[in-house]
Parts: sequence; structure tokens; C-alpha cells
Amino acid sequence: MRESQKLTCINCPMGCELEVSFTDSGEIIVSGYKCLKGLDYAKKEVMNPTRTITSSVPVVDGEMAMVSIRTDRDVPKKLIRDCMMLLKDMKVNAPISAGDIIIENICGTGVNFIATRSVRKK
Amino acid sequence: MEYRDLVIIGAGPAGLAAAISAYEQGIRDILILERENFLGGILNQCVHNGFGLHTFHEELTGPEYASRYIDKLSDLKIEYMLETMVIDISEMRNVIAINEKRGVMEIQAGAIILAMGCRERPRGALNIPGSRPSGIYSAGTAQKFVNLDGYLPGREIVILGSGDIGLIMARRLTLEGVNVKMVLEILPYSSGLKRNIVQCLDDYDIPLKLSHTVTKIHGSERIEGVTVSQVDEDLMPIPGTETYVSCDALLLSVGLIPENELSRKANVTINPKTQGPIVNERLETSRPGIFACGNVLHVHDLVDYVSEEAALAGKNAADFIKNVSSEGLEVEIFAGDGVRYTVPNKVNPINVEKYLPVRFRVTKVFSQATVLVEFDNLPVHKKKKTIMTPGEMEQVFLPKSWFTERPFLRKITVRIEGDENA
Repeated sequence: MRESQKLTCINCPMGCELEVSFTDSGEIIVSGYKCLKGLDYAKKEVMNPTRTITSSVPVVDGEMAMVSIRTDRDVPKKLIRDCMMLLKDMKVNAPISAGDIIIENICGTGVNFIATRSVRKK
Repeated sequence: MEYRDLVIIGAGPAGLAAAISAYEQGIRDILILERENFLGGILNQCVHNGFGLHTFHEELTGPEYASRYIDKLSDLKIEYMLETMVIDISEMRNVIAINEKRGVMEIQAGAIILAMGCRERPRGALNIPGSRPSGIYSAGTAQKFVNLDGYLPGREIVILGSGDIGLIMARRLTLEGVNVKMVLEILPYSSGLKRNIVQCLDDYDIPLKLSHTVTKIHGSERIEGVTVSQVDEDLMPIPGTETYVSCDALLLSVGLIPENELSRKANVTINPKTQGPIVNERLETSRPGIFACGNVLHVHDLVDYVSEEAALAGKNAADFIKNVSSEGLEVEIFAGDGVRYTVPNKVNPINVEKYLPVRFRVTKVFSQATVLVEFDNLPVHKKKKTIMTPGEMEQVFLPKSWFTERPFLRKITVRIEGDENA
């Protein structure tokens, strides 16, 4: 049986303290929520927590020193650090257009790092 | 001297939205003056996501949100000048600006929109004892180093203040391999959004120490560490609670102040509560034809509201240029119990279209309390709120009919009533 988990709901400033526990049959029991958004949030956070990763990487020959990037979809939370490691020592060449793929299929997730701005050549 | 119908100072989210809105109202002779060498203002360094949920119903990063407006601006061919510093504006809307190419310019504006944004509170505002070493930055400066310039401010960092920029930087630096040791907040609650506390601190096990502050800074050339103390209810350090924390950088995320040096030069009256201009329902300052919007008016927590407010300023500036008259008496709007300030501060009921949005912040955390709007001390609107915090801007919408039903209205009050719970 999984241990129970404590979470803070992020849907509104209330920030309800949620507790999620699991029955032997694997059912999820959530307590502490004051609205249904909290219930959905808790289930998602314990079953499959995901995040969008945003960062910025250096540009070679660009009008700007850095280009901002993000994942084009959410990635599993536990892969955040592995995905960030891919950016270590990474450099991209100008010109870059917003939406360009910077790294494809990061950590086998099928998710790409894409540019969130355009950077012209110097 | 040249003449321009509309001069907008600042090309951040407020300036861009104001320009587009004025254009849509038929104004063509528009000039935006921007001191940086890019459009979009602070959004350029806000590479994280979470922008635009209200306006575009999708989650954008700062640069993506800015580009929606920048693309529109270039489609409409609205003129702007980069690397141009406005050094003076007068009551009569005479603008002095300077840049490398043209030198000093004198422009007479039909109307001006102030959209200069805000600044971070610096160390000097905090009275922290200790030496003056390098390695102490505001969170926004650190954000610029990391996201625009490609430098890290340090390897072992303490963050003082739990404002949103500090929280965002705690995550950003952690992802770059920096050891973010702790975030300190002098108040018993954080002014940051819950979402940021969870996704920027909890996700990475960064401790948030409430009711704690820095009481000494150590180091001579470079910062070497800080003394951290717990504070009592009066926010005074409790003797005996001091601990030493080593660090090579200290980031400050302790609040934002509207940047109104230029507004003061034009003799615009400033509201001491917001540090932004006093405005009426058209977002017009105490000087006719000078309007204000965005963080120069009051600090916002969502850029969506900045864009919305700026669009209103743009429309009203257009009306002013077109000489749309607005007669009638102004009614004052007061911040009552539990309300720190309201924007606007005055309203001419004749100019209210469908409804008047009134934005405000509460003075402390309220739960299960009621927002009360009174017209001449009589309640006209009550709304129960589960929770209100000083960190999140609140708003009420006053429909036109409430004003037409009360032609002799003198005073509007917004206040909080009921159970309070910090």
C-alpha cells in the first residue's frame, strides 16, 4: 500500500491542504478539499504529476544573447531534472523563429523543447 | 518642435495594449517611446509560463504573451522609438526625449499615456545591518542575468521575501544547478501566488521560512553569509533565534514600486497608498490629457489585467484627442475598512459605459468575509468571498444602472465586512 501524501491545492488562494491516501485495492481517497477542483487536482498530482519546463539557452551570432524556450507539452514531473540536463552546454545558432524545435523528443517523451521567441542574426 | 496626437511612454505590456486600443479607436498619429532596445518590457525576461489565461484562454510564457501584441503593433504599423529616454514631461503635455540618433527631441502631445511600469524595492529600503559586499541583487536583476544575459548570480543562494519573482527565481536557479537554501518571509504568510509556492518551492523541497528575516549580512568583498532571525507579531527579531546561513548571493523579492519620476515632473498627483497617480474612471490623472495604466498606476499580479486596463486608457486617450466632452460631477471612491486602495479613485458617472471596474487590494488575509460597496453610505452590493489576500488583486463591477438610478450620488465606498482570520 502506498503511503499517504500531503498536497497544497493550487487552484485558488485558499490553498487547501489535501491529504491523499490509498486503499489496498489501489483506490484513491482524498480529504481536505473544499471544491471539486481540489479533488481533481489531488488525483492528477498523485497519479501523474506533470509540468511545463521553461528555460533559456545561449544563442550564437544572435541579436540577443539568449533565447527563451519551453516544452511544447507537459512532461512527467520526475523527468524535469533529466530534461534540464539536456540543456547543459547547449547553444543554438541564430536566426531562430518562435516555435522552432530546439531539442526533439526529450528523454523519450515525444515532447520537444521549442523556442518561445524569435532571435535574428547579428 | 513636432506634434503628435498620442505619445505613449513605455513599450511593455501596458504601452503596447494602450497603443493598439487607441489605434482601434481611430487615432493614427501615435508614437511609443521605449528606453530599452526591444519591445515587450519585463515580459522578455519572464520566460516562465502562466501568462494569458484570462485574455487568450491558454497558458503562454512572457515572450509569447508579448509577441501577441508586438505582432499586432507591427501589422498596424504603429510607430515606436527604441533606446529613447524620456527625460521630462510638462503639465501641458510637452515631452522631452533623447536618443543617440536624433539627440534631444521636443514633442507636443495631444494626449500622453504613462506606461513606465514599476521598479523593485532595493536593499536600502530594508535597513538590514551589516557590510556592503557584492552579491546582493533584486530578484528581477537576477532574472535578467539568468534569462537574458546568461549569467548565474551565485552558487549558494538565500532569497529574502516571498514575492512571486523571488519564488519564480528559486525554481529557475534550482533548475540551473544552483543551491537555493531557503526563502525567508518576514510576514506570517506569503504574498506570492499559491501556485508558485507549490510549483517553485515544494516541487524542489526549498524551505519557505515564514516570520523570518535577514538581520545581518556578512562578508567584505563578496557576501559570505547572512544571519537569519525569527520575528515576533510586531515583526521584531526575537533574540536567541539567530542562525548563520552561508551563501554567495542574496536575492531580494520584497515588493514593487510604481516608477513615477516623470509623472511627478508633470505635477501629476500621486496616491501615497499605491505610489501611482490618482485617476478617474477614464484612468486620467490629475492633469487633463495625461493617462496612466499598468504597473505605473498600481502593481498588478496578472498581466492580463494590465492589458485590459491599458486598452481602457488607450480608448479614453483617443476620446480626449477627438474632443469627446465629458461633463458632470465627479464622485469620489473611498477605500474603507480592510481595503488598502482602489483604482480608480474618482468616477464621472456620465462616462461609465456598461459597468465601471473597480480594482482594489485588501489590507490583510480575510476568510469568509464580505466585499461591501456603498453609495452614499448605503449598501448597494455585497459579495461573500471565501478568501482574500493582500497578494491578489480583487475587483468589483458597478453597472451603469446603479449610477443612473442615483443622480445625486456623492461618494462611493468599498470596504470589507465580517469574519476576519489572518
